[in-house]
Amino acid sequence: MRLTNRISTIGIALFICIAATNASAQVSYERILHAQDEPENWLTYNGGYKSQRYSQLDQITPQNVSDLKLQWTLQNQVFGAWQSNPIVVDGIMYVTERPNSVMAVDAITGRVFWKYRHVPAENALICCGANNRGVAVLDDKVFMGTLDARLIALDRVTGSALWDVEVGDVDLAYSVTMAPLVVKDKVIVGVGGGEFGIRGYVAAYDAETGEEAWKTYTIPGPGEPNHDSWEGDDWEHGGAPVWITGSFDPELNLTYWGVGNPGPDWNAGQRPGDNLYSDSVIALDSDTGELKWYFQFTPNDAYDYDSVQVPVLADIVWRGTPRKIMMWANRNGYFYVLDRVTGEFLEGKPYVTVNWSSGLDANGRPIPTPQPEGMPTFPGNQGGTNWYPPSFSPRTGLFYFSAWQDYATIYRPEESDYEPGRAFLGGGFSVLAPAPGAPTIGIGRTNPINNWTNEVGFASLKAMDPQTGEEVWSYDQFDVSDSGMLTTASDILFTGGREGYFHAIDARNGDMLWNVNLGGQIVMAPVTFSVDGVQYVSVISGHALSTFALPN
Amino acid sequence: MKIRILRIARLVTLAFSVLVAVSSQQAFAQEAGDHQYTSEAVQAGLQVYTQQCALCHGPQGDLVDGINLSLGQFRTVQSDTDLVAVISGGAGEGRMPAFSLRAEELNGIVAYIRAGFDPEGVAVKIGDPVRGKELFEGEGQCADCHRVRGVGPRTAPDLSNIGATRTPASLQRNMLDPATALLPINRPVRLVTRFEETIVGRRLNEDTYTVQVIDSQERLRSLKKVDLVSYEISDEPSKQPTTMSSDEVADVIGYLLTLRGLE
Repeated sequence: MRLTNRISTIGIALFICIAATNASAQVSYERILHAQDEPENWLTYNGGYKSQRYSQLDQITPQNVSDLKLQWTLQNQVFGAWQSNPIVVDGIMYVTERPNSVMAVDAITGRVFWKYRHVPAENALICCGANNRGVAVLDDKVFMGTLDARLIALDRVTGSALWDVEVGDVDLAYSVTMAPLVVKDKVIVGVGGGEFGIRGYVAAYDAETGEEAWKTYTIPGPGEPNHDSWEGDDWEHGGAPVWITGSFDPELNLTYWGVGNPGPDWNAGQRPGDNLYSDSVIALDSDTGELKWYFQFTPNDAYDYDSVQVPVLADIVWRGTPRKIMMWANRNGYFYVLDRVTGEFLEGKPYVTVNWSSGLDANGRPIPTPQPEGMPTFPGNQGGTNWYPPSFSPRTGLFYFSAWQDYATIYRPEESDYEPGRAFLGGGFSVLAPAPGAPTIGIGRTNPINNWTNEVGFASLKAMDPQTGEEVWSYDQFDVSDSGMLTTASDILFTGGREGYFHAIDARNGDMLWNVNLGGQIVMAPVTFSVDGVQYVSVISGHALSTFALPN
Repeated sequence: MKIRILRIARLVTLAFSVLVAVSSQQAFAQEAGDHQYTSEAVQAGLQVYTQQCALCHGPQGDLVDGINLSLGQFRTVQSDTDLVAVISGGAGEGRMPAFSLRAEELNGIVAYIRAGFDPEGVAVKIGDPVRGKELFEGEGQCADCHRVRGVGPRTAPDLSNIGATRTPASLQRNMLDPATALLPINRPVRLVTRFEETIVGRRLNEDTYTVQVIDSQERLRSLKKVDLVSYEISDEPSKQPTTMSSDEVADVIGYLLTLRGLE
């Protein structure tokens, strides 16, 4: 039977003209501010300004999760790790594809409405994969940062470019891989390039015009406070990139950003001093970009311990007192609880084997214990964890993240000179292996045969109690995992791993409820949303974005 | 139900095993003594090579067509004896002259070439592949477990392409000290299922929920961990350190290096 009939075209045309004046529902700042109250949508990279990746949806429960059924799959057209986090607005999903394409997808069928392609400049330099981690939305616009350090605004309905501005100099190896953060009328991004001797910054742009509103360097210049944490001209090429989306507290009007490693990466002796604000969290005024406070996790870092983790915010009663806290499982192997009003250190404990430091002092500063030449450092170069988004469930009161357990690196620092647009690493490293020449792990290793085995490191999903700073339970995988977390109001924790399993775990006790082998590495967090009363959960595995729901 | 995953003979802490790894490396260096050239020989070889050979072969050893000395690519040479014969007797119908060098100079050039032109490198002795093949199939007992080009059992790794995937130093270590050379994926395993079946074999692959093995009957088996009541992984390889002499080991390495898949 033919469903399409070419009748009453005049009537339809009339309808379209009238509808146009009443454009589709706007994603106002007010809506984003209260994103947790509309769990049918996934409005920001981390599911809301507190970055908890916790959803109020509860249709999928521990009892029925094993009934989940594949609804649709969207195949990526480009090879390489697909690290994009989908945004979902009123039944439409916005997802990016390497290197810098954006698609608007029907969230029920997986069919594509439009696709925008940006071809990055050929000289764009990316250390660790041509990644893009997704878009931000505001009103009728979609925003994407690009590998050649541009910020582009698109029309959310048609996919046409509205403006396209420079964020950084591509010749000096600046890039943008993160999903932008929208606050009020501004779009905020940070820059990558920490392996190429950039000087990092966070910058805000007017959402209407693309005009720069403020720009705050993550390395203070001459005359600014803490400039003396660098010697000579080291600060000019000291790295400190910002390549993961930050968080926002509207009451304090503060945005929070994790800052990456100092450069050159592995030769700390070449840049004496604490190297502020590398490996720190910084609190910036959302209107002016002014630095309100900072907390440095790893001073004078020699191990590439980027602090680019997502700042996870919660308002809880902490050891008897209501507090605004920030939880942080750092790449350096310590789990921290900070006061996010002042940056005060509240608690910090190692969550994996740590031997570069013997502990934290009363202010949270690590006591350094560098290992002798040729001996392994724990955690290794990829860290105890990395950029993978964690989750906090207000129901369980627990913080969940992917850790790399029993993983170590042997560092080999070397003097290196800065040259514009070239790698500025300061030596090299090898991964501790059980036999000479045995295969090891690193960024994005994929092979259907795991011939490196859990003897070089494995994934441990950890549930941490912010009250004590200690692990409550853990769930181990055989391979390591770069997967983020999603929790729901029905106490399900969804996550993945390099093996390609999509796991549903009981967020209360770590019991495995259900899993399915999707066959490709899962290197981002799942998201959940609902359309017409049906809850969906989407996850990217390998080159496929799969969306599940319960049968009707 | 939680299954018991045992690591037999690995009840030490990781920190301790790092120490063990370092000290066993030293022990290996002593043990390997006769099987490789000294670093003095490599250094001496660098000098002789620079004066006598580099004019034609070049500083990287790659100037003569079809030959790359640093990568061990030759037209006719396989063993160290072949190398000495070519240097002393000439080759290519007079294109390479015969060099009259002292024994220690010859020894040095061979060491320098076998160290891959790296003065700090390890120069493993490489012997006669024909004798090596005989040893492999005969008294060396390698063929009792390893398969080559369609012949032999499948329980140990098939070596048909081993010359393309391993360095001489790695092959030597496998024979002299198999316990430290064993790649973790190849560890012997013993599984008992809840159906009371015991499976002994070699691990091929593993993930969080499953393990794949080749069992003692040469069958490919994939097991779900929920179906296992015990899963033991051994650190001990199924072979002992070889009792062959250093020359015999060199011969077997010479043979293994010729195994590069289909010819």
